[in-house]
Amino acid sequence: MDNKRLIYLDNNATTPCDPRVVEEMLPFFHQSYGNAASRNHPFGWVAEEAVDYAREQVANLINVSPKEIIFTSGATESDNLALKGVFEMYQKKGNHIITLKTEHKAVLDSCQKIEKMGGEVTYLDVDREGLINLEALEAAIKDNTILVSVMWANNETGVIQPMKEIGDICKKHGVLFMSDATQAVGKIPVDPKAVGVHLMAFTGHKMYGPKGIGVLFVNRKNPRVKVTSQMDGGGHERGMRSGTLNVPGIVGIGKAAELAAKEMQQDAERLSKLRDKLENALMEMEETYLNGSKENRMPHVTNISFKHVEGEGLMMTFNQNVGVSSGSACTSASLEPSYVLVALGLGDDLAHSSIRFSLGRFTTEEEIDYTIDALKKGVQHMRDLSPIWEMYKEGIDLESIEWSAH
Amino acid sequence: MAYSDKLLEHFKHPKNVGTLDKSKKTVGTGLVGAPECGDVMRLQIEVDEATGMIKDAKFKTFGCGSAIASSSLATEWLKGKSIDEALTIDNMTIVEELALPPVKIHCSVLAEDAIKGAIKDYQEKNGITVTVEESSH
Repeated sequence: MDNKRLIYLDNNATTPCDPRVVEEMLPFFHQSYGNAASRNHPFGWVAEEAVDYAREQVANLINVSPKEIIFTSGATESDNLALKGVFEMYQKKGNHIITLKTEHKAVLDSCQKIEKMGGEVTYLDVDREGLINLEALEAAIKDNTILVSVMWANNETGVIQPMKEIGDICKKHGVLFMSDATQAVGKIPVDPKAVGVHLMAFTGHKMYGPKGIGVLFVNRKNPRVKVTSQMDGGGHERGMRSGTLNVPGIVGIGKAAELAAKEMQQDAERLSKLRDKLENALMEMEETYLNGSKENRMPHVTNISFKHVEGEGLMMTFNQNVGVSSGSACTSASLEPSYVLVALGLGDDLAHSSIRFSLGRFTTEEEIDYTIDALKKGVQHMRDLSPIWEMYKEGIDLESIEWSAH
Repeated sequence: MAYSDKLLEHFKHPKNVGTLDKSKKTVGTGLVGAPECGDVMRLQIEVDEATGMIKDAKFKTFGCGSAIASSSLATEWLKGKSIDEALTIDNMTIVEELALPPVKIHCSVLAEDAIKGAIKDYQEKNGITVTVEESSH
């Protein structure tokens, strides 16, 4: 195996920082190091100006006003702030939140905390394709419902939810609509106001920006949305998020947003072709299954189960050279397979057998060719070793076997 | 997670992969785990009737790298041992040999259970008093 070659196909976990972003950030570490809240000297003015400019760059990318951008430390904090902040702010109106079983843990765990704080949360099922059932959503809305939280695109499958339709339902019932758009912003056109999203979380490091900087969009007019701050201090970010602004990070996400606005279309077109090439080649192998909707999904993601092969073991055949991720239990401390794939109705066995490939701006066709080859060899190696593949080939019904519980 | 060289070697070039004829009286088969749990190990031994020694051992495993390496190592250790000696193979010895991280200890437990399952099957087939203790795991 070529030990020098390293191929990164895990861009849904994090993206490399674009060198143009890094270049923009550097002066703000050691030259223009002022605190953006220092209003009385040039050090502060320069920092504040840079922050204002970045705020515009970010606002432009999602077609909102710069005043609606709250900088945080990342999407997890933004999700926490939106959910808990709305729950606290709108207590008089109600205490019920609706979300999906396939949301990111930052949303699900915040919702669990809200339940402990006296809130009520409905976790909606998704269909086989990973999509929300709009009728079920509408039926779940009650008099005390204050918020619907649905992720724009799923991190594991890349499935994109029907945001406009959800927004219309929320509007009809006078309920706030929040979205974790971490995987979508900067990759596909995202316009929260056009679809009726009132709060939206995303982060720098999934769009070729730096880690440690996130955004919460909070709608300012019709309706004017407010969240109770979760961090007390100097009253930064219009009182919604205290803490000295991360100026280099903000400059970085601003530049990343500007680049995304210019380049996302060509990136998406190129990456969807490469993704399709990878997917088609891998799906030629027998007993492979595509997870999630093929039509409604991100252009750079594919999630495939290789039946009778365990995902982490499969990754070990090539992970010296190719970085991907798996829904296999063995990759998590809990030993439970991906709850997202299980929510799509996959059996635990297929969830254990899944690999997620997420391409990025710097992925090349040659890398995809190498990966196809590595995967085919890896699947073959693992199937040669697999007793259940042997049984399958002999025509034994695996369901008929009494497996020992362990 | 970085794996030990021994583990990687057993994973990349597993020893004794294959299938013994389970209908033979001299062959004992242990099948443990479940596809839903992400681990299935099938470990087989063939006992030399004259000497009572394990003359061959084979495995196939559906699972992560640690599960595959654990079963490969177990088959290596089984060959040439008597049944009594084989029963002394403890999961912690596998953990130490392969330097398994804590989250992978269950793979070694599965290998120990597979060994015991194979011995039990052999003993039952041959009307020998089963000396395998119930799994403590």
